[in-house]
Amino acid sequence: MPVWLIVAIKSAILLLVVVTAFAYAMLAERKIMGWMQLRPGPNRVGPWGLLQPAADAAKLILKEDLAPRTADPLLYRLAPFISLLTAFSVYAIIPFGASSAGTWAIGNVNAGVLFLLAIASLGVYGISLGGWASGSKYPLLGSVRSTAQMISYELAMGLSIVGILLVAGTTSLDGIVNAQQRLWFFIPQFVAFLVYVITAIAETNRAPFDLVEAETELVAGFHTEYSGLRFGLFFIAEYVNMLTVSCIASLLFFGGWDAPFGWTWLPGVAWFLLKVVCFMFFYIWLRATLPRMRYDRLMAFGWKVLLPVATLNVIATAVVIALRG
Amino acid sequence: MNKHLYNVGAILKGLSITLRFMFQRKPTIQYPSVRKQHAPRFHGLHELRRYEDGKERCIGCELCSSACPANAITVIGAENAPDDRRSPGERYAARYEIDELRCIFCGMCEEACPTDAIVLTPRFEMSDFRRGSFIYAKDRLLVPPTGGVGAPPDGRPGGIPADLGGVAETKSTTDVEHGYDATYNGALLKTHRKGLTG
Repeated sequence: MPVWLIVAIKSAILLLVVVTAFAYAMLAERKIMGWMQLRPGPNRVGPWGLLQPAADAAKLILKEDLAPRTADPLLYRLAPFISLLTAFSVYAIIPFGASSAGTWAIGNVNAGVLFLLAIASLGVYGISLGGWASGSKYPLLGSVRSTAQMISYELAMGLSIVGILLVAGTTSLDGIVNAQQRLWFFIPQFVAFLVYVITAIAETNRAPFDLVEAETELVAGFHTEYSGLRFGLFFIAEYVNMLTVSCIASLLFFGGWDAPFGWTWLPGVAWFLLKVVCFMFFYIWLRATLPRMRYDRLMAFGWKVLLPVATLNVIATAVVIALRG
Repeated sequence: MNKHLYNVGAILKGLSITLRFMFQRKPTIQYPSVRKQHAPRFHGLHELRRYEDGKERCIGCELCSSACPANAITVIGAENAPDDRRSPGERYAARYEIDELRCIFCGMCEEACPTDAIVLTPRFEMSDFRRGSFIYAKDRLLVPPTGGVGAPPDGRPGGIPADLGGVAETKSTTDVEHGYDATYNGALLKTHRKGLTG
């Protein structure tokens, strides 16, 4: 088979998997949030509400696609696709496991982490362009917030990953996972891990950092004017981004597909997915627990706490590695 | 610094609370499939009762209409024709209409009625798509001749005791446990749903 065909097949399978994962991540979120609020959660469509995602999809597709008269016609329609494209393209390089034949990834990029950061930075365009192109005040405020928030938290996130790069000595994702055979990086890089987890919430615009779509002040933030399928695309992008940051957290800090304590009775992929699910649960759990932060505190926290802490971590890591030779 | 550590503790405490709640029993009642027992004296949709011989209890006196604080009841009485007696008295209700959107379900009509003709049933599922369908006329309020007489309103558990001038005895305790259905079988609502009256 030609290489491009293999890549196309792999991409198709992965797209299907990620979209299904999105659908059930959304259902899981509604269920878990429900349980935490002493409700049963959605349970009308199918057994235990398992067909709820299908019902939601049908609803979103059938809704009217509205565009405000003041909206920028091209960017308004393009923005959801930018969000979705950047959210999905990260999966081109995420390795899900490894066997003797090689890494289970569509493409194995030796600058994997840099690619991740680059694509994640592009993700902000979908949101900020979408908000700006709506031509109305709440989306604009939401998009301004998102730009400021995502840029400032991306710095701390990048610095927290630098610590990992120093310890692992490589920027390829499977190289980083292989470097964790002995010890998972969340132990030597615990500070970086904390910074990463917090910034990851801010990067995906999730509660308690969901200032971008703060419904109390901004109606629905950047997607106020969006309806139907275009809103659905933003929705998918948000959950896929959640999955992405969970995958990266598992890869960088929890050894990816590496089985803990040598428990190899589960295949590596299963361990990887298990770790991702744990992170997803943690994000849902946080959303059900914490109230939204005030915007000035969010910025102050990012610049005055997370960024210095991440910088100090990089310096300390570098010093330790230099001393050890 | 101490303050920040305190905040971290607060977050962890909050997380533990939500996690505990996740495994608690949910108080939700799955309404259409599982129904809650209503209180024995629940005030719901009205019905107009009959005597054992099938005659209407209502004598068209309009006391319910004047007692109604929401002005929801319209009664127009008429003389009973000698060959077609609708009620035992001289008069009967030619028209009897209750606007259930105005009704506040206070039960004053029930208390005002000298013949126990108008009674509030525990039925509460009255939703409809047209405002006009909430004006219930005799076609939907009056119990059909086969509907039986029903329990007198004072006979409901917790009703007016006999020594205070109450009429009937209390029904058996099993009725209290299984919810008190002071009405005839619920078929009427369905069959007469479309019946709009002017």
